[in-house]
Amino acid sequence: MEHFPRRLLTIVTEALLERELLAEFEALGVRGYTITDARGKGGRGTRQSDWAQEGNVRIEIVCEPALAERVAARLRERYYDHYAMILYLQDVSVLRPDKF
Amino acid sequence: MPQLDPVIWFFVLGFAAGVARADLRLPAAIYEFVSTVLLLSIGLKGGVELARDTGGLPAVELGGILLLGFLLPLPAFAVARRIGRLSRADAASLAAHYGSVSVGTFAVVVGYLAARGISFEGRAPVWVVLLEVPAILAGIVLARGLHGDVAWGRLLRELFLGRSIVLLLGGLAIGWLAGPEGTTSIQPLFFDLFKGILALFLLEMGLIAAAQLPTLRRHGLFITIFGVLTPLAFAVVGALLARALGLSVGGAIVLATLAASASYIAAPAAIRTAVPEANPALSLTASLAVTFPFNIIVGIPLYERLATALAG
Repeated sequence: MEHFPRRLLTIVTEALLERELLAEFEALGVRGYTITDARGKGGRGTRQSDWAQEGNVRIEIVCEPALAERVAARLRERYYDHYAMILYLQDVSVLRPDKF
Repeated sequence: MPQLDPVIWFFVLGFAAGVARADLRLPAAIYEFVSTVLLLSIGLKGGVELARDTGGLPAVELGGILLLGFLLPLPAFAVARRIGRLSRADAASLAAHYGSVSVGTFAVVVGYLAARGISFEGRAPVWVVLLEVPAILAGIVLARGLHGDVAWGRLLRELFLGRSIVLLLGGLAIGWLAGPEGTTSIQPLFFDLFKGILALFLLEMGLIAAAQLPTLRRHGLFITIFGVLTPLAFAVVGALLARALGLSVGGAIVLATLAASASYIAAPAAIRTAVPEANPALSLTASLAVTFPFNIIVGIPLYERLATALAG
């Protein structure tokens, strides 16, 4: 079976930002994403997912490497200073390249 | 031992369980459900009262309360800036939280008055709606200035379509349209179970408040003192305004409690997006871990005495 290379961008951040980030993705041309509730511990302390005010989300985007870089750059520029946010990039393979 | 309403003990239980790190946690969906039922109950009850008495909504009263919402943040900001020596953003955030209101505290005072057979104006949920937003706007202006870089359109939309406002006003409208007879079919859930639902809500609030304690220890003295003295001072302002507006004693207790309460849902969300450089833990901890428990345990009985004294 043929595999096609893509990048997986994973973002873990404050649930409060969800709506704003989706608007950013739309503007940058992201075609799809997956969001899950998340909890954990990091530079800004323990973060619970059971209360909306302090909840975290994990957003995953599979796309072309160039787009993943653009999204990562935009998020770093606008949100890193004041919000709890981490992101990381991985290489992945997909079977249907037209989808991503 | 003072005569505490049993629902308050549920808060104490949640708080103690949280401090002891007991294996106790309400699923997020349950908290959402419980707070939805509470908001709708309060709205419905107010709507039924509105349908019963035809006093309507006096413009002077609504205007006065709206003004109160805009003005309360100013002294809070000055105190936080001068005495607390907080940054402009943090002081403005604290001012927005304390000028705005807590619907949870409102639910507790409603239960408190019902248990004592003290009546109050049915339109009180409208006061909550009027007090929720202005202080948040004032806080953002205090942080940013009038011409600051704020996406006002989106912000206002999110504020006015926030859960508490939609559910309170929606419940109010349904109660008013259906009237006392029309609402009998939904009475078991929304009216009879009110105290039980409130108890569950307070259990969760206790857990949430306990989770703030590590932050409280870090930010310490100023926000603890601020979190106790601000509600006391604001309650006096609220009670005096109620007196000037000619409200009932029950109404004065409600308005004093609302002025004393601090937001922990609408304000944190709005300030987080509009003033991101403010430390969110500072205001939220003061509001949740200090002021909310203070108001429901000590404050409300004090505000009752205050309102009674002013009326006498």
